[in-house]
Amino acid sequence: MGVAIDVQGLTKSFGSQQIWNDVTLTLPPGEISVMLGPSGTGKSVFLKTLVGLLKPDKGSIIINGDDLVTLKEADLYEVRKLFGVLFQDGALFGSMSLYDNVAFPLREHTKKSESDIRNIVLEKMDLVGLSGAEDKLPGEISGGMRKRAGLARALVLDPEILLIDEPDSGLDPVRTSYINQLFIDLNAQIDATFLIVTHDINTARTVPDNIGLLYHRHLAMFGPREMLLSSEEPVVRQFLNAQTIGPIGMSEEKDADELAAESGQELPPLPPIPLQLGTSDGTPRRAEKAPGEWCRENGVTPPPGSFESGNAGVPGVNQSRDEAATR
Amino acid sequence: MNLLTGPLKQAGAFFAMALDVLRALPKRPFQTKEFIQQCWFIASVTIVPTALVSIPFGAVIALQLGTLTRQLGAQSFTGAASVLAVVREASPIVTALLIAGAGGSAICADLGSRKIREELDAMEVLGISPIQRLVVPRVLAAMLVAVLLNGLVSVVGVAGGYFFNVVIQGGTPGAYLASFTALAQLADLWTSEIKALLFGAVAALVASYKGLTAGGGPKGVGDAVNQSVVITFMFLFVINFVVSAIYFQVVPQKV
Ligand SMILES: Nc1ncnc2c1ncn2[C@@H]1O[C@H](COP(=O)(O)OP(=O)(O)OP(=O)(O)O)[C@@H](O)[C@H]1O
Ligand SMILES: [Mg+2]
Repeated sequence: MGVAIDVQGLTKSFGSQQIWNDVTLTLPPGEISVMLGPSGTGKSVFLKTLVGLLKPDKGSIIINGDDLVTLKEADLYEVRKLFGVLFQDGALFGSMSLYDNVAFPLREHTKKSESDIRNIVLEKMDLVGLSGAEDKLPGEISGGMRKRAGLARALVLDPEILLIDEPDSGLDPVRTSYINQLFIDLNAQIDATFLIVTHDINTARTVPDNIGLLYHRHLAMFGPREMLLSSEEPVVRQFLNAQTIGPIGMSEEKDADELAAESGQELPPLPPIPLQLGTSDGTPRRAEKAPGEWCRENGVTPPPGSFESGNAGVPGVNQSRDEAATR
Repeated sequence: MNLLTGPLKQAGAFFAMALDVLRALPKRPFQTKEFIQQCWFIASVTIVPTALVSIPFGAVIALQLGTLTRQLGAQSFTGAASVLAVVREASPIVTALLIAGAGGSAICADLGSRKIREELDAMEVLGISPIQRLVVPRVLAAMLVAVLLNGLVSVVGVAGGYFFNVVIQGGTPGAYLASFTALAQLADLWTSEIKALLFGAVAALVASYKGLTAGGGPKGVGDAVNQSVVITFMFLFVINFVVSAIYFQVVPQKV
């Protein structure tokens, strides 16, 4: 069963450069959350802070009652065993083959026999579609493959919290869809708490239970998927619908002139909210909510056409739910 | 960063890391495989250059001392003086230069590139301390190899001195060998090895510190290697002076 991560008033700067300020959110246990934000807003820094690799200037990160920020080094290593982390570049050990990379956590932290380890490693490698590449060195494979190998390594210890930095950058659209399906199925299986950083709008719209948006040195919004997808908040709306109209410019913020020039323009209507991606065998996940539940409970009228299909006009999403909806 | 607090912070962080290494020493499981690999690696990058440097070093000392003793009319002490010079000073210094220049730079580049590839972060997240896993075996390996190298340099240096004095300068072999123990004593050899041990430890610690704190991409690693070599040299010459000074206070000299 996954554990909750409770983040309070987190602030981080490098020297005089403030990365983000006063970030407060709770990652609900066993749910999938996605963190979005323009490039360079400190999403990777946020993930590293959550595992205690970087010390925030202020704030607390509570996991199982322990505050990661003030924890002693030795205890920190214990808490980290709850985590599986996929770094942005895979962070594989360059001197080891993919097999040894994936086997590494098992050899370090379990007393399993080599044949047990072999079974687990081969299973995880197969899960991420890397069967047959076991003997390759990280330097000999493509970026997308490194990413998937890193994911396999993050999965072997059956973590309770999975932090995943851009699983889909460097992956082709088909692999991205497979990986997204994999996350949903994994979540159903192991009930871990997921935090996925992504730039892929499709992933953000269809995979998570919760969405967060980091923008302009703060957390613009964090909440249930339907809340953000039906939000009229300019930044959220612009980002989740990949538009140029809105406060986000090419270099972070637009200046007043640019905003004034846009003021007369009419915003395109919010696109319909797609159905959430389901597990591949159709069994519901523990964290799953009925489509439209949040909207009904909070008296929000979702954009017309919502919850009718799993792709809502964007290609590349599992179709199993569509059939269910049309039936 | 401030001109004054910057270096102080660095020094503080360095000593904190050195302390962490000390604390991680007794932690099990000891990384035997990594230790042996590192010993082999450091030895392989240092042995040949060390031998090549120590021959001319021994020769130059023999040349200087041969001339000096003749000027002072103490030819019979040529052997004694050159053994002292080689074992007490020349050989630890040569060892230091090579351990820092060849071994330390390799350690720093290796750890630094792992750092920027986030391998070290990944290791920490997997619940493994890079200090225990990577730094401790490297420090121990550098210490062991430094001691062995120092022995090698002493032998090659003394042999080079003998060859130069006897064969080239026409000294008498018997007098050269007989005077060996006139001034030198076993304590000289111990001091020399202790120096080498310290040099190995410091070179590996500085290299590891600089590697672990490398940042800013491949260029950052290059800078870190460069700084680690320069800083180690400065440290080593200071340590050499301090140990020599203590030696003369503690060990009674033959007269
Ligand atoms: N170790 C560090 N030291 C100093 N500055 C850093 C460090 N790590 C990151 N930064 C800075 O923090 C900011 C945020 O970096 P981060 O990698 O978290 O961005 P990101 O949101 O993950 O971007 P992307 O989507 O492109 O991956 C950047 O401006 C970067 O320069
Ligand atoms: Mg990033």
